[in-house]
Amino acid sequence: MIKTEHLSKRYQTVTAVEDVTFEVRPGEVLGFLGPNGAGKTTTMRMLAGFVTPTAGRAFICGHDVEAEPLAAKERLGYLPEGAPSYGEMRVRRFLEFVADLRRLEGARRRQRLDYVIGRLQLASVLEQSIDTLSKGFRRRVGLAQAIVHDPPVLILDEPTDGLDPNQKFEVRTLINEMARDKIIVISTHILEEVDAVCNRAIIIARGRVVADDTPLKLAARSRYYNAVSLQLERPEQLAAARAAVAALPSVADVEVSERDVRITALPRAGAAILPAVAELASSKGLALKELHLESGRLDEVFRTITA
Amino acid sequence: MRNVGIILRRELASYFATPLAYVFILIFLVLANAFTFYLGGFYERGQADLQPFFAFHPWLYLFLIPAISMKLWAEERKSGSIELLMTQPVKLWEAVLGKYFAAWIFIALALALTFPIWITVNYLGDPDNGTIIAAYLGSLLLAGGFLAVGSCMSALTRNQVVAFILGVAVCFAFLLAGYPMVVNAFQSWAPQPLVGAIASLSFLTHFQSIARGVLEGRDLLYFAMLIGFFLFTTTVALDLRKAD
Repeated sequence: MIKTEHLSKRYQTVTAVEDVTFEVRPGEVLGFLGPNGAGKTTTMRMLAGFVTPTAGRAFICGHDVEAEPLAAKERLGYLPEGAPSYGEMRVRRFLEFVADLRRLEGARRRQRLDYVIGRLQLASVLEQSIDTLSKGFRRRVGLAQAIVHDPPVLILDEPTDGLDPNQKFEVRTLINEMARDKIIVISTHILEEVDAVCNRAIIIARGRVVADDTPLKLAARSRYYNAVSLQLERPEQLAAARAAVAALPSVADVEVSERDVRITALPRAGAAILPAVAELASSKGLALKELHLESGRLDEVFRTITA
Repeated sequence: MRNVGIILRRELASYFATPLAYVFILIFLVLANAFTFYLGGFYERGQADLQPFFAFHPWLYLFLIPAISMKLWAEERKSGSIELLMTQPVKLWEAVLGKYFAAWIFIALALALTFPIWITVNYLGDPDNGTIIAAYLGSLLLAGGFLAVGSCMSALTRNQVVAFILGVAVCFAFLLAGYPMVVNAFQSWAPQPLVGAIASLSFLTHFQSIARGVLEGRDLLYFAMLIGFFLFTTTVALDLRKAD
C-alpha cells in the first residue's frame, strides 16, 4: 500500500506540492495527471525518498519513507523522470549492478535478469553502452531496472515517454499484466494512457490534488458525457439538421463541424438524448454516416480542471 | 558494507570504460618522471634515494586529483543518475565510501605504475627501501586526503569545473599551510599555538615526515581524521541537497 499524509514540498519561493493526501491499494493503477510543472515529479520523488518533504509523510507498504528509507526502498521499483542511468555502462552490466544492489542472487538473479531482458526486448542491445541507445531503448532499460527485483510497489515517472506506438503498446501491456498483484503509480500527460492502463486518476495542478476518481467518472464530468454525435452523408442537410436537433427540449447546446459534416448535441444535465436524436434523424430523413453516444472527453475535463 | 563493494566495482569499471583512466595514468607517469629528472635533478644529486621523486607529489596531486574527484558527485547530479542511485536500497555513506575508495584504488594503481623508478634507483645504488616504502605509503595517504577534499567539493555542485576549481583551491590552502612563507607570515603576530595549529593542519608537514621514513601514529591519525572529516561532510552535503 502507498499512503501519503499532507505531503508538502516548498522551495525558497515556490510551493511545488501542497498538502497531498491519498492512498493506493493493491490492484490499483493510479495515473498521476497534470500540466508540466504541476508537482507530479516532486510528489513521486518524495514517495521514492529522493526529495525530503517539507511537511507530511509518505509510506510504502507501511514503512515511512523518511524514517525507514531502506525498508521502503526495498519494496519499491522506481523509474525516475527521463530514465537516467550510467551512460558508459553496457546494458547487461547495468542491470547486473542493479540486481546486486537489490540483493538478487544465484538462480533467482539469473531468472529475473532473463525475464526483464526478454520482457523489455533488450537482448539485441545487451553489450551496447547505454549512451549509444535510442531514447526508446533507454526508457526500457530504466523500466527493466525498476522491475528487476519484482517489487510490490512500482512508481513510474512517464514510462512511455519517447516510445513509438508499438513500444507504448508493449509497455502498457506489461503494466496491465503487473497490475494484478502490484500497486502501480504512473505519471503521464498522455490522456489516452490513463484510459489504457489506469483504474484511478489523480489530477494535480499547482501542487494540489484537484480531482481523484476513476477515469470513467472523470470523463463523466465532461459536458460531452452522453452527448450524441451524428455525421451526415450530405452537407446540404447540415443547417436544417442543426436547427431540428437544437429544438429538442432535452438538448442544451449544439456544436457543428462543417469540415466533417458533424453535429454534436450536448444534453441537459442528466438527460438521455440518444433516442430523441435517433428518432428525429429518421423522421427528417437525414442520411446518416455515423451516429454515436459519447462517453465524455477526458482532455476536456483535464483542461477545465487545470486551467 | 556489501553495497560499498558493489558500488566500488561499478565505479572502478567506469573509469576504464572511457579514455579517462588511460589519459590520467599516462599524464601522471609522464609528469612524475619529468619532475623527478628535470626539476628534481635525480642524477645530478648523486644520491641513491627517491627524495626528488616524492618531493613533487604534492604539486602533482594538487591538479591531478581534483581532476579525478570533480566527477565523483557532480557528474551524478548532472546526468541525474544520482536519483537512480539514491532510490536503491543503499545508505548514503555506503555510496560515498564506494565511490571514494574506487577513486583511491585507481590513484593507487597509477602510483604503483611508477615502480620502474624504484627499480632504477635500486639498480644505480643501494637505497633505503624501507624509507621508499614509507614514502609510497605517505604519498598514497596524501592522495587520499586530496581526494576526500575533492569528493566534498564535488558534492556541493552539479558543475564539474566548479568542483575542480574548488578542489584545487581548498587543497592548495591545506598544502600551503605548512610552507615556511605562510608559517612566517603568521609567526610575526599570531600566538605560537595558533601558528602551530595552522602548520599542523598542512598536508605537507605530515607527508614530509612520512616521506622521510618516519611512520608516526600522529601523521597516520592526521590523514585518517582528515579523510574521515571530509567524507562525513560529503555525506551531509549530499543528504541536504541531493535533489537540487
